[in-house]
Amino acid sequence: MRTVRVGPVSTRVDVASLVGSSVAWALTLVVGAVSLTVGDYRIPLPVVLDTLAGHGTLILNDIIVNNRLPRVLVGIGVGTAFAVSGAIFQRLARNPLVSPDLIGVNAGAALAAVLMITVFGSGWIPAGALAGSLLSAIAVYVLAYRGGVSGYRLVLVGIGVTAIISSATAYLLTLADIYAAKSASQWLAGSLAGRTWSHAWVIGGALVVLLPAALASARQLRLLELGDDLARTLAGRVELSRALLIAIGVALAAMATAVAGPVAFVALVAPQLARRLVRERVAGLLAAGALGALLVVASDLVAREIFAPTALPVGVITAFLGAPYLLVLMARANRIGRGG
Amino acid sequence: MIKGGGWRAAGLLLCGGVLAVAVLLSLSVGNQLFGAHDVYLALADFSGSDNDRVIRYLRVPRTVAGLLVGVALGLAGALMQGVTRNPLADPGILGVNAGAAVAVVGAIGVLGVTSLTAYVWFAMGGALVATVVVYLVGAIGRGGATPVKLALAGAAISALLGSVTSAITLTDLSTLNEFRFWVVGSLSMASGPVVTQAAPLVAVGILLALVLGRSLNQLALGDELAQSLGTRVLLVRVAAGLAVVVLAGTATAIAGPIGFVGLAVPHVARSLVGADYRWILPWSMVLAPALLLLADVVGRVVVRPAELQVGIITALIGAPLFIALVRRRRTAEL
Repeated sequence: MRTVRVGPVSTRVDVASLVGSSVAWALTLVVGAVSLTVGDYRIPLPVVLDTLAGHGTLILNDIIVNNRLPRVLVGIGVGTAFAVSGAIFQRLARNPLVSPDLIGVNAGAALAAVLMITVFGSGWIPAGALAGSLLSAIAVYVLAYRGGVSGYRLVLVGIGVTAIISSATAYLLTLADIYAAKSASQWLAGSLAGRTWSHAWVIGGALVVLLPAALASARQLRLLELGDDLARTLAGRVELSRALLIAIGVALAAMATAVAGPVAFVALVAPQLARRLVRERVAGLLAAGALGALLVVASDLVAREIFAPTALPVGVITAFLGAPYLLVLMARANRIGRGG
Repeated sequence: MIKGGGWRAAGLLLCGGVLAVAVLLSLSVGNQLFGAHDVYLALADFSGSDNDRVIRYLRVPRTVAGLLVGVALGLAGALMQGVTRNPLADPGILGVNAGAAVAVVGAIGVLGVTSLTAYVWFAMGGALVATVVVYLVGAIGRGGATPVKLALAGAAISALLGSVTSAITLTDLSTLNEFRFWVVGSLSMASGPVVTQAAPLVAVGILLALVLGRSLNQLALGDELAQSLGTRVLLVRVAAGLAVVVLAGTATAIAGPIGFVGLAVPHVARSLVGADYRWILPWSMVLAPALLLLADVVGRVVVRPAELQVGIITALIGAPLFIALVRRRRTAEL
């Protein structure tokens, strides 16, 4: 933390977090630019940059601006949204395992979206995902509430609710015809394939609204981390700011899930990586968001390049990276005796 | 709670009666309804009529599969709860079923294995690996394998294995088509050869489980005390682990990953007969197939002419119980 003064105005700047997130954002841009070059046709990087500047031919413009760019942008947006959502949840619960993918938020969004894909048509996915994740978040919160919410009870109730929700999802898959089932399960794995500008606008719009709200509440987050009693003494209205933060976190995860499916473990891993990287007790939301974006875009590049031509969904890669990380995280927490 | 050996044995007989009713219902209820007389005729005096064929070639294998899977899951759950002294243990929650599932999907999708005789071994291998990993991760650190640590390790492993499974199924449409019916957990795919191949394996698991009842009672006192009473703790753990792997692996190979039967039934048994595993194990062994068969019958009736798979019904019954258990435990433990 440094204090910066410009004339009469002064503000406190977290230098480590600022540097860390700038590096991560820069890396994200580099990886994003590289993913614009790969695909069925390889296009050299200078040509890509030239096309982005508006000097490309009609075909190049179509491939890069209309096809590849939205995919990368959706990846960046989705990664940011999941990671910020995860950071909010983890900090609220003071427990790294309380992330939207473990407590049933993503599962609720996924059930609603599969319902839309198989029954109502995919135009309704964002609205459905929002409703589904809100409902499941409320259900988990209410069921875990017993004169307060303990982090582990939240996670375990989340596992139980997820079990019910995912068996309903699996049932819907058996009812659908095989092609709808295929597209639904592709979607369930978390995928950026075939994402267009309309997807990019949805997640971009969500971030424009929700990200400033999240950053503005970051001060409340710091207070809430001190514990309810202290936070109440310092600021009052603890429940209100907590409810607001939960709503922002749920909405971020829901919109990201609506656009790309429940991309596994980004919300869990990115805030933890950010925390380690900036050597802070808690990670800034922006640093977490930057690492989330980097994680998703890089995983998508890996999925397309290394596993070509099968085109694995990006969620398979993030799960491969994230699940072992979760196990390590738990092993470490267990060793120092905080594992429950 | 039922006290006294005589009453408990009588209660066990009563449970057997419930199971018999469940078996009869499973044989007679479905898209076509049959009376007890039809069922008797089809079994005793097979005439080759359509009714007889439906009963003999569809309902009987399905019912036997339900019996085997139910027995296996009930015992596996009771064993896991005993060995880990963990009320939340269940082959579904702790990732054992997911391990078996991913191995079966791999065998079908990658290696092209089609017969149960071959892929039941894959299922057991997968169950073994998942069990060992979950237990090792969950047992690190102070307090050993606590309920929370094991459940979390199970969730992490299940998520990892689920993504491996989807990586396999997404690349192949026909594997996906088989997989989506299998993954919900259903008895409808059972056939005569499948159940005859699986029966001996379940029998081995039953023997192993029932022998362990006394040792599990001593293990419940804590490792040190059990050791001083002459129990060979490590041996009991390994034997119980083997039994769980055989039982849960075979059950998953027959019917897909069915959750929560192994969680719910031992709890019901424990609330009826107390903490004695010499009674919990046999009661679970009788109550679990009764629950599974009744759930299957309900699934055949509620959305007729379609069918609600048994795995969905058990999740709808069992997951609320899981949540209730989580709420009931004191906060200090969670």
